[in-house]
Amino acid sequence: MPEGTLCNKKTVDTKEYLQALLADKSGKVYYEEMNHLDVNCDALWQLIQKTCKSRLRTWLEICAHCGMCAESCFYYLANNKDPRQVPSYKIQSTLGELIRRKGQVDNAFMQMCMDTAFSKCTCCTRCGVYCPFGIDMGIMFSYLRGLLFSQGFTPWEMKIGTGMHRVYRAQMDVTTEDWVETCEWMAEEWEDDYPGLEIPVDKEDADIIYTVNAREPKHYPEDLAEAAVLFHLAGENWTVPSEGWEETSLAMFAGDWAACKMQVESVYDAMHRLRPKRMVVTECGHAYRATVIEGPYWAGIPSGQTPVESLHYVEWVAEALRTGKIKIDPAKKIKEPVTYQDSCNYIRNAGLKDVAREIMSYIAEDFREMSPNKEHNFCCGGGGGLNGIGRYRQQRNIGMKVKRDQILATGAKLVIAPCHNCWDAIRDLEEVYRVGIRWSFLKPLLINMAVVPEHLLPEE
Amino acid sequence: MYEFVTGPLAWITFLVFFLGIIWRVVWYVRGLSWQLDRVAYGYHRSYGVRGALRSIFYWLVPYGTHGWRYHWGFTVLVFTFHIGLLLTPLFLRAHNVLWMERWGFQLPSLPEALTDFLTILVLAAALGILMRRFVRPEVRILTTLYDIVMIAIAVAPFVTGFVAYRHWGDYNFWLIAHILSGEIWLMAIPFTKLSHFVLFFLSRAQLGMDYGIKRGGMKNKGLVW
Repeated sequence: MPEGTLCNKKTVDTKEYLQALLADKSGKVYYEEMNHLDVNCDALWQLIQKTCKSRLRTWLEICAHCGMCAESCFYYLANNKDPRQVPSYKIQSTLGELIRRKGQVDNAFMQMCMDTAFSKCTCCTRCGVYCPFGIDMGIMFSYLRGLLFSQGFTPWEMKIGTGMHRVYRAQMDVTTEDWVETCEWMAEEWEDDYPGLEIPVDKEDADIIYTVNAREPKHYPEDLAEAAVLFHLAGENWTVPSEGWEETSLAMFAGDWAACKMQVESVYDAMHRLRPKRMVVTECGHAYRATVIEGPYWAGIPSGQTPVESLHYVEWVAEALRTGKIKIDPAKKIKEPVTYQDSCNYIRNAGLKDVAREIMSYIAEDFREMSPNKEHNFCCGGGGGLNGIGRYRQQRNIGMKVKRDQILATGAKLVIAPCHNCWDAIRDLEEVYRVGIRWSFLKPLLINMAVVPEHLLPEE
Repeated sequence: MYEFVTGPLAWITFLVFFLGIIWRVVWYVRGLSWQLDRVAYGYHRSYGVRGALRSIFYWLVPYGTHGWRYHWGFTVLVFTFHIGLLLTPLFLRAHNVLWMERWGFQLPSLPEALTDFLTILVLAAALGILMRRFVRPEVRILTTLYDIVMIAIAVAPFVTGFVAYRHWGDYNFWLIAHILSGEIWLMAIPFTKLSHFVLFFLSRAQLGMDYGIKRGGMKNKGLVW
């Protein structure tokens, strides 16, 4: 059967294709075409043989069927301990089955895999931490998403996302001109309150190169201004690149590994061009994971490290507070009970739990840990691209119950969430469940609390 | 029959067991790929080793990890089963007598009352593990006939050994059954889920290296398992 015009095995490399996808409201035509998409079983099996090696095969083979992964998974808990949500069951009935059948599967099976991989797993990898054999089902679902993408079985919004990265090198249609203009605009807007504020573009040999999430210039440019103000208050020698300024990766969520490579290379190219000492990444968890943790491998860098040292925003904040570059006015510290969302991508999957606690020690007087917390904390419920996928909105809303109950149990009404996906998920869980909580990034809180050095105050 | 199972078949068993285990280890290690796995195994060796050792160590200690602590009852079953399973055949007086006769050396022997007790514990734990497979819904959905067979292969040497030792029934029958079931057990290890005999260590090491090198281990003391 010929492939659909919107839903097919091709990658989205042109503006025209991207716009055609966007114009299909809610992906109605896209999903209808998916029902008629053939599976190229030979290609699928060849890809598996090439990429599924002893680590994955061993994971699938030695699973002792012990069920210890069950209660580690927030989906299992949120869905009243439905046995079909046991992580081992989910992966064995999809990837495990796919391999047992040597790729001889049909459209219905692939759609079932897509539904499982995107609405029953956010790749938070908490299950891998609770398995006695160290079987990481989150990693396997990410791998499965890659197999699905190669055959065209990808949720509509994720396919669009890969197109955005391929065409714009950003998760949204923000061009270099848009980006640079937004930087100039924000600096202008905020200059009155912060004389000398600037957002330098393409400054060479700076101490810090700052990269962001495209939704910031597109939808919340204030975030850019806040970042600029904080660098300004801290006296940092910083810059943004005109190209390679975006470090998210919807391509990672979609399993489009080639686009992942292109995306991170645009950032690494900026590093090579501008030679900063370090990179600081905005408050985004998966962006840090994609560009700093996984990215070097997509780019073929044997050390597994970025060309220059890269920091998640919380690392920069902790350093600024620790060294006194940013001083907090004690009268303006957060007095109410406040809790912290440990995002999977930079806490469990990158080890920054202590940095987060260090920040809280400076800015909060009544910090309440969630239970469980740190690397054992649960996914916000919206990770892995799920927040943006309309087809699985119901499943996501159910999944968020675990995070909702964790927050409520702390007694705190304010949640600090330095991660765009977690921030969105917590916003949405309040919208759905109306439990009376507030949520915030670090930047606006810090701006309220930071002492402005004398020489930076506006003239009265 | 006795000569056969303690002679040629025993040789075949140990050959299959040792070669099979070696093959498993070699196959696993050669199938690791720093690019596909996205872990710089060789580049940050000391962090990798530290991560691997921590990953293995904490899971070998009862209640050493969040997972063991959360499932505290199952932890009792698993550790009792495995400790009994591994200690008993190695330090059984009856086995040591045979080693001494055949090879002129032996390992230290545990008192017979203790090995009897360990055997009972292994069987009790196995029963608990088996029942759990039917009683807990999250385990039932995963359980297949294969899992039951695995338990059967693992406990058969203990049942037959216990019966033979006490000379219940036909001694020769139970003795041969014990030796055969032990040989089946050893030969099954490389080819079935019993391969976790080595793959537990390799798989845990791999994930430990992943967390130790890539996912935070170079920035802090390591993941708290």
